[in-house]
Amino acid sequence: MTETTAGSLVPEVDRLVIRFAGDSGDGMQLVGERFTTASALFGNDLATLPEYPAEIRAPAGTLAGVSAFQVHISDHDIFTPGDAPHVLVAMNPAALKAELGTLIDGGTVIVNTDTFVERNLVKAGYEHDPLEGDDLAAYRVIRVPMTSLTKEACKDLGVKTRDAERSKNFFALGLLSWMYSRPVEPTLEWIDAKFKGRDLIIAANRTAFNAGHAFGETAELSDHQVIVRPAKMPAGTYTNINGNTALAWGLVAAGHLSGLPIFLGSYPITPASDILHELSKHKQFNVATFQAEDEIAAIGSALGAAYGGHLGVTATSGPGLALKGETMGLAISLELPLIIVNIQRGGPSTGLPTKTEAADLLMAMYGRHGESPMPVIAARTPADCFDQAIEAARIAIKYRTPVILLSDGYLANSSEPWLLPNVEDLEPIPVEFASGFNKVDEKGEEVFWPYLRDENMARPWAVPGTPDLMHRIGGLEKEDGSGNVSYDGANHAHMMALRAERIARIQVPDAEVSGDADADLLLIGWGSTWGAIAAAVRRVRRSGRKVAHVHLTHLNPMPANLGEVLSGFSRILVPEMNLGQLVRLLRDEFLVDAQPVAKVTGQPFTPAELQQVILSELGDDT
Amino acid sequence: MTDTLLPEETSEDVPVTTRADWQSDQEVRWCPGCGDYSILTALQLLMPDIGARREKTVFVSGIGCAARFPYYMNTYGMHSIHGRAPAIATGLALARPDLDVWVVGGDGDMLSIGGNHLIHALRRNIDINILLFNNQIYGLTKGQFSPTSEKGKVTKSSPIGSCATPFNPVSVAIGAEASFVARTHDMDRRHMQEMFRRAYEHPGASIVEVYQNCNVFNDGAFETITKKDVRDDMLIPLRHGEPIRFGTEGQFGVARHDGGVEVVEVADVGLDALLVHDETRSDPSTAFALSRLAESPDRPTPVGVFRAVDRGEYGVAMRAQTDQMAAMKGKGDLSALLHSLPTWTV
Repeated sequence: MTETTAGSLVPEVDRLVIRFAGDSGDGMQLVGERFTTASALFGNDLATLPEYPAEIRAPAGTLAGVSAFQVHISDHDIFTPGDAPHVLVAMNPAALKAELGTLIDGGTVIVNTDTFVERNLVKAGYEHDPLEGDDLAAYRVIRVPMTSLTKEACKDLGVKTRDAERSKNFFALGLLSWMYSRPVEPTLEWIDAKFKGRDLIIAANRTAFNAGHAFGETAELSDHQVIVRPAKMPAGTYTNINGNTALAWGLVAAGHLSGLPIFLGSYPITPASDILHELSKHKQFNVATFQAEDEIAAIGSALGAAYGGHLGVTATSGPGLALKGETMGLAISLELPLIIVNIQRGGPSTGLPTKTEAADLLMAMYGRHGESPMPVIAARTPADCFDQAIEAARIAIKYRTPVILLSDGYLANSSEPWLLPNVEDLEPIPVEFASGFNKVDEKGEEVFWPYLRDENMARPWAVPGTPDLMHRIGGLEKEDGSGNVSYDGANHAHMMALRAERIARIQVPDAEVSGDADADLLLIGWGSTWGAIAAAVRRVRRSGRKVAHVHLTHLNPMPANLGEVLSGFSRILVPEMNLGQLVRLLRDEFLVDAQPVAKVTGQPFTPAELQQVILSELGDDT
Repeated sequence: MTDTLLPEETSEDVPVTTRADWQSDQEVRWCPGCGDYSILTALQLLMPDIGARREKTVFVSGIGCAARFPYYMNTYGMHSIHGRAPAIATGLALARPDLDVWVVGGDGDMLSIGGNHLIHALRRNIDINILLFNNQIYGLTKGQFSPTSEKGKVTKSSPIGSCATPFNPVSVAIGAEASFVARTHDMDRRHMQEMFRRAYEHPGASIVEVYQNCNVFNDGAFETITKKDVRDDMLIPLRHGEPIRFGTEGQFGVARHDGGVEVVEVADVGLDALLVHDETRSDPSTAFALSRLAESPDRPTPVGVFRAVDRGEYGVAMRAQTDQMAAMKGKGDLSALLHSLPTWTV
């Protein structure tokens, strides 16, 4: 690890939020990720928030084409990608215009001055050059002609001018790496590995990176230089992980722990496709991935595989979940294990496909015809996606039921350091296939009844190929026990009650109160709001006020003690990235006066927003 | 990934069975006189002969009259969702290559609501046997026109005639890159059994269109070609390697014409002019041309195997990729996977 500033008198800060912004083609996501990796290896705690447009190549230079990546690094444990950034890197006028408003007052703006020409200014909607005049008076502005400096640095490499220009993002990364004392080796090694075999590109990117680094040193930017020291984290080995990768690995782990082959049926959809991509790379784990012709075939094939004794999984986003509704109903009727992953995004319809939202909770709970209860769980952080994928498999296999696992676009793409679990410590998932007759009929003959139940009210998982157990199942109502088609009204009522009860009886951990258990005010959340709520609660408590926090991972069934927990608070707020869905469930189930706190702007809550909400609820909005 | 969950047994171990062994204990509930009965009987009688094992056999169906089929077979069976049987069967067949997976459905099930799944299962060449019972009507919903009903069909939902051109299922299947396509009808048990056997033996996806009479909502739809006394003149038997010839006296045949094929009188063109049927031709255009001979079942209609070609089966390729990845990366090691991105130790 190169340490450019170790031992020097660089001022320290406890945390820093940096936002990289540029045109979609400027490579800002890549730069953000590299900066994040370097920070992770340096030992900071961190959280990231990538944001990119729905168009692959929106018109260059326009506001619509701005792609941004925010990273929050700190010397202590943090829960979110931060509030307003302290530093904005703007690679063109559109990025400056779109993102400047997010910056804190007095923050630092680093601009690529080469792009501030008439044509780009017009595209961004500027009537004058913001670099001249008072637009940026409230900020510390670092003007760097990144494009021309990159071209100049690369001129002797034999690289085409246009290719050299494209390396300007590495110039920016080099500059930022110097300003914030990031190690350089991981980035240089990454460049070598990523562009292996393309020596000119390696040379250009390395040269640009080093030139940016050197620029910081030589251009006397040292008064801008700060360092964020490594965080004190629990001992162990860490990796920086995003939610979709963690979720895919959790599914691989579920296969490992259960001994079952994984079958993923999936249809490409943002922001869930990376689960398909990731699992497709790991077939050697007895993982099959099937890119189906549509969302319905995706879940249908997964259900077919589940019937055959594999761990069937389908991964999608909201519009896809809507299409899978009928097959989920069949899976409920067949009582087979199945995992349905929904990476939520802004809706309805195509909505905001690349932005986050968590407005599918009610669809997950109720979005099927008939009475069709299903377990629903939600991940809280990127790394938690790993644990909840395993939990979904555990519930599905143990109780022979389809399970919905909710994540969202924010968790899917943002990343955080993850203390890697010891594989040997993960609890195995027992699997039991039916292997013989389970009933003696009236004639005294041994028979197999596909709907006889075990102590968990789960029916036998009798896979084709097993001698003697030939049986027919289907979506028609069946007689309890024998599984024969039954149109009897009383039996149907019995089966409805039974399907409800067997889901309601699923054992889930009790709800735990964090913060002040004796507070008047409780914040209760689910999914990715955990980070912002936890950070806001921590800040408020540090200021001496009392507030409590409950997080729900299990949304159906809910923890058995939840009613009792809620009854201990006189005021309950429910922050959600929807217009109030969990709050309805809580009011319905527990008759409590819970109040919604909604955010549906396509971005996650920030701790500052929720801090303000809490303080104003506590009667102190100063 | 050859994860048969149970020990593989050799074909010599297949126990001797009779029709009764393949009959489930469920009462058959099709309308009296329905063509489905004869198809069920044909298959139940055939199964003991083809070396199939009941516990290794799965019937997957969608919704409709035909889709009740699995309940009556003493095998594994799933009566699933309208249109989705090919998709569900795809997952099952890919997960469990040791099974014989059959899909049964009607014209509405397979060609209307489930058309997308049908064409993709055929295109991918999934190892399933598809039996498409075509009665050119919606039966279970009591008589609306179907995607194979003739244009102008008067039904409850088309009181002055339907407006849509029908699908020709054999043409659709050939257009969807099917590697095995056959047609038969419910009045000829032996022919049905021959087609079902061929479908069973074909590696990859096979589809058999069965002209099936709905005596309640579309009675006699195929009478003009399948009735015993007209059959010889109206059905064109396709036999691999033989000139295509039909008629009570063998007086008719099929010859190439204007880029397609046409029915000719042998006396006019001579025997040598007749098209010799080659079901293994890799170019599907002749098979397609044969499927276009009869626009509707009131003209001489080919029956038999239109096309039977060896084409890579999806599941085989998929499992080969698993092996290839295992060869490249070694056996899956979960701990190594978790450490595969840059790590640091505190």
